[in-house]
Amino acid sequence: MADDLELRFERTVQSEARIEPRDWMPDGYRKTLIRQIAQHAHSEIIGMQPEGNWISRAPSLRRKAILLAKVQDEAGHGLYLYSATETLGADREDLTTKLIEGRQKYSSIFNYPTLTFADVGVIGWLVDGAAICNQVPLCRTSYGPYARAMIRICKEESFHQRQGYELLMTMMRGTQQQRDMVQDSVNRWWWPALMMFGPPDAESTNTEQSMAWRIKRDTNDELRQKFVNMSMPQAEALGVTFPDPELKWNEERGEYDFGAPDWDEFWQVVKGGGVCNEQRIAHRRKAHEDGAWVREAAAAHAAKNAVREEGAA
Amino acid sequence: MSTSWPLWEVFVRGKRGLNHVHVGSLHAPDAEMALRNARDVYTRRNEGVSIWVVPATSITASSPDEKDPFFAPAGDKVYRHPTFYAIPEDVPHL
Repeated sequence: MADDLELRFERTVQSEARIEPRDWMPDGYRKTLIRQIAQHAHSEIIGMQPEGNWISRAPSLRRKAILLAKVQDEAGHGLYLYSATETLGADREDLTTKLIEGRQKYSSIFNYPTLTFADVGVIGWLVDGAAICNQVPLCRTSYGPYARAMIRICKEESFHQRQGYELLMTMMRGTQQQRDMVQDSVNRWWWPALMMFGPPDAESTNTEQSMAWRIKRDTNDELRQKFVNMSMPQAEALGVTFPDPELKWNEERGEYDFGAPDWDEFWQVVKGGGVCNEQRIAHRRKAHEDGAWVREAAAAHAAKNAVREEGAA
Repeated sequence: MSTSWPLWEVFVRGKRGLNHVHVGSLHAPDAEMALRNARDVYTRRNEGVSIWVVPATSITASSPDEKDPFFAPAGDKVYRHPTFYAIPEDVPHL
């Protein structure tokens, strides 16, 4: 019987059909999905902080409205994804607890600080650009609710990337000081952006099984290469350079060659040693704890109303 | 005190003339808050003109395990489809 179910699952996945919430699925598939989608949801929620840092100091009302809308989108993306994990039997409270206790991870990119307003532009362009590279293939991931959430997210990410690039174009038309600020920001974010695709394929322990289950559609290195190829002409048009002396066009391969990120730094940040790890989690914990009375009051209000309605009926 | 809010399934009508379609779920203390939260989470870019929220516990679904027997009665009734009937080519409007 179990073999039968497994065979049907394999066939569904192989035929590019989607697995849906109430279908039978292997435990490992369910666990991998919950881990990956929760990590992705946590990234969206923690990702509100570095940019939220600049909302009150945005240089114009236009930029402030855009930034507010973008940060609100990140919250929305987190919620689409938490909703997808719940179709797998995960519990929302439990996921939040695991995040603030450091038992589940989020993307390391958000452990870097946003030092200048140019960072808002560079995050939109490069960080959201890298996220789009990662996410577009996930619109075809084998688990239905995850794929549908990714379709919604990708539509909205395009606004994020374009507002960032436009912001940077505006700064590049400004003073020399503003242009220097953009270049400095690009220098700080380029390598962390490349690390967003995860460790090199040879060291990526989850890739093989995830590809077989069609959760993941491309390897880390394939996506990283694609991102470099896409970013180079954008940097040229903008008038900035990337801080990598090995970065150059390879005629033979028809792609750009590029250097390796500092993987020691990557692992150090993953393990909690980044500039902002503690601050990000402390802030999330405080927001959760400060909101407790609101959650309790709303629940009490709903319970009281339910009793009243019952009495009236 | 556990204050975990119940789960609501959200359905959105994209525009007049279309059915409400399931878009996802959210947590809210009551139906009114579920509607407001659904507006903020699922219709930030004019994706809808009408929203339904339904307590997730109120939905009864067919079981995927019985998918084949459950839908089998429709399988062998080809005579329910218009293409089952052979009509001469020269008969118009049929």
